[in-house]
Amino acid sequence: MDKIRTIDEAASYIKDGMTVAVGGFIGAGTPEKLIDAVIEKGIKDLTLICNDTAFPDKGVGKWVVNRVVSKIIVSHIGTNPETGRQMNAGELKVELIPQGTLAERIRAAGAGLGGILTRTGIGTVVEEGKEKITVNGKEYLLELPLKADVALLKGSIVDKKGNIYYKKATRNFNPIMATAADLVMVEAEKIVEVGELDATDVMTPSIFVDVITQ
Amino acid sequence: MIQDKDKKREVIVKRVAQELKDGDLVNLGIGMPTLVANYIPEGIDILLHSENGFIGLGPNPEPGKEDPDIVNAGGMPSSVVPGGAFFDSSMSFTIIRGGHLDVTVLGALQVDQEGNLANWMIPGKMVPGMGGAMDLVAGAKKVIISMEHTAKGAPKILKKCTLPLTAVGEVDLIVTDMAVIEVTPSGLLLTELAPETTVEEVINATEAELIISENLKVMNV
Repeated sequence: MDKIRTIDEAASYIKDGMTVAVGGFIGAGTPEKLIDAVIEKGIKDLTLICNDTAFPDKGVGKWVVNRVVSKIIVSHIGTNPETGRQMNAGELKVELIPQGTLAERIRAAGAGLGGILTRTGIGTVVEEGKEKITVNGKEYLLELPLKADVALLKGSIVDKKGNIYYKKATRNFNPIMATAADLVMVEAEKIVEVGELDATDVMTPSIFVDVITQ
Repeated sequence: MIQDKDKKREVIVKRVAQELKDGDLVNLGIGMPTLVANYIPEGIDILLHSENGFIGLGPNPEPGKEDPDIVNAGGMPSSVVPGGAFFDSSMSFTIIRGGHLDVTVLGALQVDQEGNLANWMIPGKMVPGMGGAMDLVAGAKKVIISMEHTAKGAPKILKKCTLPLTAVGEVDLIVTDMAVIEVTPSGLLLTELAPETTVEEVINATEAELIISENLKVMNV
């Protein structure tokens, strides 16, 4: 099965109103070409799941500036002043989630779990409206799975089957998001032949990946 | 009390560094806490944890030697020490929440006498998001707050926090430019004074009730 598409073809699979999970941590490990292509296509009204909104000129920060997104589900917006401005002006819906809870909610969706229990957020605004469950005398918050229509990943080395290796600190949310979307697209820094990426070094198995682009 | 801004910072981060033990895995928050890394006592070998996905956070690279694939949790160019390890965000917070992180050092907007912490938002003014702070404070074995004792003269150590909380009852130690204060079941215990600082000055700059330790010392900084 040939999974390789151009950036333009890959971006055309994203439609207005979709929920899109994007890998990266303040821009490191983010598929910048796919981000730009979505802006060029004029796609609107996306719900973004990401760790943060990066900087105004980097990563998903560009989606905020170019008004590609109408809602964001993130742990941090402090590095992008435009996010806060749009939020305060009522132009952008922002749902803030503790970073570890965000990672586990996405993982739960990909792992077929009905939710996760965490102590994080107990006694804070994060617990509002959530079920509390006591296990062995300790109280936990029930946090529900978080799934996307599309996941956009950045891979350092990707073989033509779709196996992904992430360099250094670019891994972050990428391998977790790979499991929790209907359509998973990876922007490769380098595409190699099948077999060139040692099976031991694969961090996201090819079965999760639908589209490879560069 | 110490007046000079730089001297205040130096006292705080030097004193925090003395809390770290050989072999500790430590997460240092953005801002002043990162400076703690410059004062690790001789013979103490610690590993720094970076929320974005590695242990073995190293010094900032020299200009021109930045690696775009290695940033710290603030998105700034960083480095990894020999023996470090990269991982994904799930593993990063497994380490934090699962009891594998020995110490976290964070700043605070407010701390109160029950060990509650507010450091992630000021409604209507500053809403950067909690990032990893709620997980760090809920999960680390020891939570150390490093901050200036007051904000432009107004106490930050209160009877009860008024800003939205980051976590409830998780703070263990408060280190400021005036004092070291332990959070104990019976309340806040003043154990050390900063150089040039009196008990009276600390009490006046603190809204919370303080228990004065029988072994009150001056910080060795």
